[in-house]
Amino acid sequence: MTAPRPYALLAEITYRCPLHCPYCSNPTQARDNGELSTDEWTRVIREAAALGVLQIGFSGGEPLARRDLPDLVRAAREANLYTNLITSGIGLDDDRMGALRDAGLDSVQLSFQSDNSDLADEIAGTRAHQHKLSAAAKVRAAGIPLSLNFVIHRRNIDRLPEMIELAETLHAERVELANVQFYGWAFLNRATLLPTRQQVIRAREIATAAKARLAGKVDIFYVLPDYYESRPKPCLAGWGQRYLTVNPIGDVLPCPTASSAIPDLRFENVRAHALDWIWRESESFNRFRGTEWMPEPCQSCPQREIDFGGCRCQAALLTGNAANTDPVCELSPNRAAVDAILSNLNPSSDQASDWIYRINPKPSSLFLSRATTPKALAEQRPSG
Amino acid sequence: MQTDSKTDKSVLLFPEGVLELNETAQEILTHCDGQTVSEIIQALAKEYDVDPKMLATDVQETLADLQRRKLIQFT
Repeated sequence: MTAPRPYALLAEITYRCPLHCPYCSNPTQARDNGELSTDEWTRVIREAAALGVLQIGFSGGEPLARRDLPDLVRAAREANLYTNLITSGIGLDDDRMGALRDAGLDSVQLSFQSDNSDLADEIAGTRAHQHKLSAAAKVRAAGIPLSLNFVIHRRNIDRLPEMIELAETLHAERVELANVQFYGWAFLNRATLLPTRQQVIRAREIATAAKARLAGKVDIFYVLPDYYESRPKPCLAGWGQRYLTVNPIGDVLPCPTASSAIPDLRFENVRAHALDWIWRESESFNRFRGTEWMPEPCQSCPQREIDFGGCRCQAALLTGNAANTDPVCELSPNRAAVDAILSNLNPSSDQASDWIYRINPKPSSLFLSRATTPKALAEQRPSG
Repeated sequence: MQTDSKTDKSVLLFPEGVLELNETAQEILTHCDGQTVSEIIQALAKEYDVDPKMLATDVQETLADLQRRKLIQFT
């Protein structure tokens, strides 16, 4: 099919991060052999704007780990893009906040692990919570709209009311309560992160009530835990339809997790090709574009242009074939794989000692951390 | 709010979202520059030469919807 115009670019400018969250969606074997330079990113930003992109999210890793972040924000503003910084807040001192504001930064999404300092630091694997509180104050003082992003999992889901209260206290405009989706490090840690059904039902009630109560004050987004759904999420609003991601080394991806979840798909790099060609012509962007690639039950399903067959990465991770129907779907012949995960859940293993903490990419092939236990290793799935 | 160069339509951008504005919404938002809601209604009524009462509900509902989404702020 003809390529539509994209709306948003996720710029993962580095995989380096001071946090070690066990639910990180970054690839577990991320390569770090040469991040794009400032000039290369500037070119990518201009090419994205020419393609139709209206909005850019600077993400990572921790985007503040790149000293040239204000230059990249300025380049994006000059290309008339709405700029959004997705950050842990670590490294956001007064100078950098000022530089980002002066560069024209439009909005900040600040991640929090919990409202509770001890629990938050335990999840992050480092002392981060107090820095985040101070980062939130700096964003507000700079007059920039603030969103709080909470990733929800078994260990923190019962604190939803307190998390929402924190968003109110910090005068956030938005709060995203996103149940962890199982890719990257989260996939490795799924057995300890997946909430129970009772927790999920309760959380949904709390989020729905809070959304009504705080309408016009804090906008609340609750992202469902898709394993508990009977129909799949409309992942990316369709493959290669609205979104593209450029990772730290310049690979262009339909979604951030595609490179690790779908090892048999080859992704093109901005150092070798123009972004326009990659978006329109490349095999990776066209493989699952539209509806022609769909197998049954998707092909004849009236929902096929509503959920787009769900998530390609999830199909690859859980069924071994990215072209299968997302197994979350009750109509999928592979739904039993998801049900088995839900019924084998062991609610008592949710402590730090059960987690495999995220580590930063290493230039060599060695990626094992001290936090990786032999038991965890045995459960790991090799991925490319 | 800016113009989408691909479509020449007005769009309102916010974190992780784009709202394509119809002409009515765009006209209303253009007037969100410190005027009160009734001033906006009066201004639009004058511009389009219609009775302000005809416009009032549309304007109020549009603004209320945008405020619910935290895209505008009443001060």
